[in-house]
Amino acid sequence: MSNVFLVLAAFLASAVEMVEALTIVLAVGVTRGWRSSLIGVAAALVVLAAVVAALGPALTLVPIDALRLFVGGVLLIFGLQWLRKAILRASGYKALHDEEAIFEAEVEEARRAAAEERAGLDWYSFTLSFKGVFLEGLEVAFIVVTFGSSQGNIPLAALGAAAALIIVAGTGLIVHRPLSRVPENSMKFAVGVMLTSFGTFWGAEGAGVDWPGSEGALLGVLALIVAASLLLVRLLRQRQDSFERAMRERAGAGAAS
Amino acid sequence: MTFVRNFVAFWYDFIVGDDWRVAAGVIVALVLTALLAHRDVAAWWLMPLAALLLLVLSLWRVAGKR
Repeated sequence: MSNVFLVLAAFLASAVEMVEALTIVLAVGVTRGWRSSLIGVAAALVVLAAVVAALGPALTLVPIDALRLFVGGVLLIFGLQWLRKAILRASGYKALHDEEAIFEAEVEEARRAAAEERAGLDWYSFTLSFKGVFLEGLEVAFIVVTFGSSQGNIPLAALGAAAALIIVAGTGLIVHRPLSRVPENSMKFAVGVMLTSFGTFWGAEGAGVDWPGSEGALLGVLALIVAASLLLVRLLRQRQDSFERAMRERAGAGAAS
Repeated sequence: MTFVRNFVAFWYDFIVGDDWRVAAGVIVALVLTALLAHRDVAAWWLMPLAALLLLVLSLWRVAGKR
């Protein structure tokens, strides 16, 4: 059961980050040419692979309870951050992520940037693609390494990330446009829920807790977090709607007087 | 020195984000859970409750500003 969640969480988190990285690479590639941006992508992937290869085995040397306590705590902090943002977006308190608008802004910036050649590369394209893929990929690497090591199965988490890479990069290659139809906020919501649930479960286990029902308790934690998050979205949306209604009424009253 | 500061700032922003109180709350909840568990008290309920409470408080701080 938790292996399914492991693959699913790694897949969804990776897909979300890869869609964001793809938007940057596409904007630079389409505007300034593909060679330097693709070399930037390749360089970032090599550095990321080195980070995972170095951190993965190192984490497996740590005793499992200490690892779960630390990783559970970090995942819970990280997961609550994702979930909080996703709830704020779903309830209208925060603007939704718009890949199309980000793409247009990146294209405009790439057009304006001056040409500077270093080591036979268009430096702007190289650094922007490298930074985009590396920083987004670091989140993926973090999730793959922490999830995988706590579950004692880094290859399985890496499999989820690899599947996301194939699907997102493959689709990007075919459509040559940012993937604006991907339900990014829903995916971030799902990842936030999973990170929070796994973090809660492993953190408590690492602190010495015996869960009633053993691993089956993870499902209970997941159900609780999902239900509470959906309820919070609903409550915040109602609050936001009444705030907007009050603002409209005030504006209407101001215009009438 | 700038590199170290940037490195720390990156990881802080990456993991902790814009509400440090959530991170502090998680650490306190884990310490309490460990203390109860080592006294053989059933403490499995504490972390889910803490996670929900921290989420609600963090959201409330944003919503309450309006």
